[in-house]
Amino acid sequence: MYKYIKYFLCLVFGLALLVGCEQQGKKQSKSDSKTLKNTIKKGFVRCGVSQGLPGFSNADASGNWTGVDVDVCRAVAAAVLGDANKVKYTPLSAKERFTALTSGEIDVLSRNTTWTLSRDADIGLTFVGVNFYDGQGFMVRKDSGMTSVNDFRDGISACTNIGTTTELNMRDFFNSKGISYEPVAFEKADEVVAAYDAGRCDTYTTDKSGLAAQRTKMTNPDDHMVLPETISKEPLGPVVRQGDSVWEDIVRWSLNTMIEAEEYGVNSGNVDAMKSSDNPAIKRLVGAEGEMGAALGLDNDWNYRIIKQVGNYGESYKRNIADTGILPDRGPNELWTKGGILYVPPAR
Amino acid sequence: MNNKIRKILPQLITLLVVVLIFGFFTFNAQTNMASRGIDFGFGFLSQESSFDVQFSLIEYDGSHSYARAYLVGLLNTLLVAFIGIIISTIIGVIVGIARLSPNYLIERSAAFYVEFFRNIPLLLQIFFWYFAALRALPLPEKADPIFGVFFLTIKGLFVPAFIWNNFDIFFYSLLAAIISIILIRNYAKKVQENQGKQIPVLYISISLLLVLPLLTFLIGGVSLNFEVPVLKQIAKTSFIYEGGLGLPPELIALTLALALYTATFIAECVRAGIQGINKGQKEAAASIGLTPNQVLKLVIMPQALRIIIPPTTNQYLNLTKNSSLAAAIAYPDLVLVFAGTALMQTGRAIEIVSITMFTYLSISLFISILMNWYNKKIAIKEK
Repeated sequence: MYKYIKYFLCLVFGLALLVGCEQQGKKQSKSDSKTLKNTIKKGFVRCGVSQGLPGFSNADASGNWTGVDVDVCRAVAAAVLGDANKVKYTPLSAKERFTALTSGEIDVLSRNTTWTLSRDADIGLTFVGVNFYDGQGFMVRKDSGMTSVNDFRDGISACTNIGTTTELNMRDFFNSKGISYEPVAFEKADEVVAAYDAGRCDTYTTDKSGLAAQRTKMTNPDDHMVLPETISKEPLGPVVRQGDSVWEDIVRWSLNTMIEAEEYGVNSGNVDAMKSSDNPAIKRLVGAEGEMGAALGLDNDWNYRIIKQVGNYGESYKRNIADTGILPDRGPNELWTKGGILYVPPAR
Repeated sequence: MNNKIRKILPQLITLLVVVLIFGFFTFNAQTNMASRGIDFGFGFLSQESSFDVQFSLIEYDGSHSYARAYLVGLLNTLLVAFIGIIISTIIGVIVGIARLSPNYLIERSAAFYVEFFRNIPLLLQIFFWYFAALRALPLPEKADPIFGVFFLTIKGLFVPAFIWNNFDIFFYSLLAAIISIILIRNYAKKVQENQGKQIPVLYISISLLLVLPLLTFLIGGVSLNFEVPVLKQIAKTSFIYEGGLGLPPELIALTLALALYTATFIAECVRAGIQGINKGQKEAAASIGLTPNQVLKLVIMPQALRIIIPPTTNQYLNLTKNSSLAAAIAYPDLVLVFAGTALMQTGRAIEIVSITMFTYLSISLFISILMNWYNKKIAIKEK
């Protein structure tokens, strides 16, 4: 009998560890955002990022995080706390990321995460926007002679990550083509790269931006190429917990501010001069007119600080993705005015 | 009366505390999940999983349900645990006996093996067998066949598949052979106890096991064909073997790492068991004229097993639980398939993690019950 009680206790404590991690955000009224209050009290924004994806979120040797995903968190910190450096980064695997967010370990998840209906609606998350339009692709060895997905044959083995939309898209794709394949799914991206590099798989599939970034980690990056086809839509964007609409708005408009700043030609260099611009839209964007901050529960300089400290979206893209040689061509991630699909609601 | 209360009260309090703790955390989980807009339920198990798995013992693809994906992961875990336990036991027993060998070289190399593999973290060993050994293996097109039919490549071990005709007849003949062997053994034991005569059971058993199934080939209409794997080109430099049976390298690396690691502990259990037997037993047995083999088989081992079994059970449990490290090298076990991909796709962390915990608990308890039963069977029966 005691034996069973013992087992039962073990189980109870196990469950306790799972659910008792944090008790936060119990009741929420619109005027009082617990996440905002906690962030101000703690003095830093708790941000979930990847375990190392160059261009999106990657730590250098001294532990400084850079990337377009990291810049979203920095923008939120600049808006809320006045200093873009007041961010605490938590590297998360694809598997851990949503649990970390829903359990309250982090407040913003900015980790190349695809916005899908089931994630948005079903598991207590809210996507606030898109900071990178991506699509799934395939990488192959150049000497394999494959130049398009039409060269794939029965029995092909494909390395990928678990816990991503990639696994699902891959199945849809191979099924629609009627090709039998061997999925080899690892928990961490580094192991996927190592296994593909060793020759375990014929192709490596994930988001195209990821392929471009991971290619730089191969033994001989020039031996590999990304096939031209894109097999899925992958809008990547920051995510917050469901149920705190004030915090959700802050993150959404921090991102929107960066994109709109680029649209109006405001950047970290000229933001001070723009305060005396003739264009009211620009004046609102740099906090010289209107009461935009008050609507979010912030002061009126919040967007000025984002542009001053982090820069606009174009600067962030150039610094992290274009200049590092990952994806020099902005493709769909160009402004709508320049032939891309970046289009955000106006800040007014 | 007082005595009774004193007996029951602590138990009642314990029960109450357990119920309260459980209730508190259930309530806590419920309110927290409700406030975050997460609902709780197991309905997702019947939904379509829509992801594929690399290696499965049962028919499975993404159009099956999550419950089926769970089963796939569970069977893969059991497969690794089963093979791992068998291999580690064989290696463990051999190395354990070798450590007591009077031959210096054998004794030292066994000791070296134990100390080396026991003192390196298991995850590291798994990575070693997977990444280091994998890189050393040839690509499919460059693999040299072993005996002309086995191909060990970076994409896995490809072996010929058996294609049976009238397999059921063959199976029944095997069953019949095993049953008759058990009967003969019991009979031989009786004969020896009553008349002191020894019947060569071993030879009879082996010939029965060979002759009966062989007869089915000759007169039972059973036939067996081999399907040898054939190299197939996918692209200019990509090849794969078709036909036959393919064992993924992830399975091989994981089983190897688990077996070699656990075998060191089993070897120590075996050594401890044998050394735990009084020297006088061995000398007495030798003095009545038993051969060294008989001494080990009839006198030492039956007593040593009583010491060996309980700690070895622990090692079996460890091996089974350690198999969850499979996720690191893409072997689709329960943790990778169910607590990994399925958890991700559904987002139902609490449900899936508790199912997974219950499953490991059940597997461990089952192995434990089995070993306890065996331990009881071989224990000294005091009359």
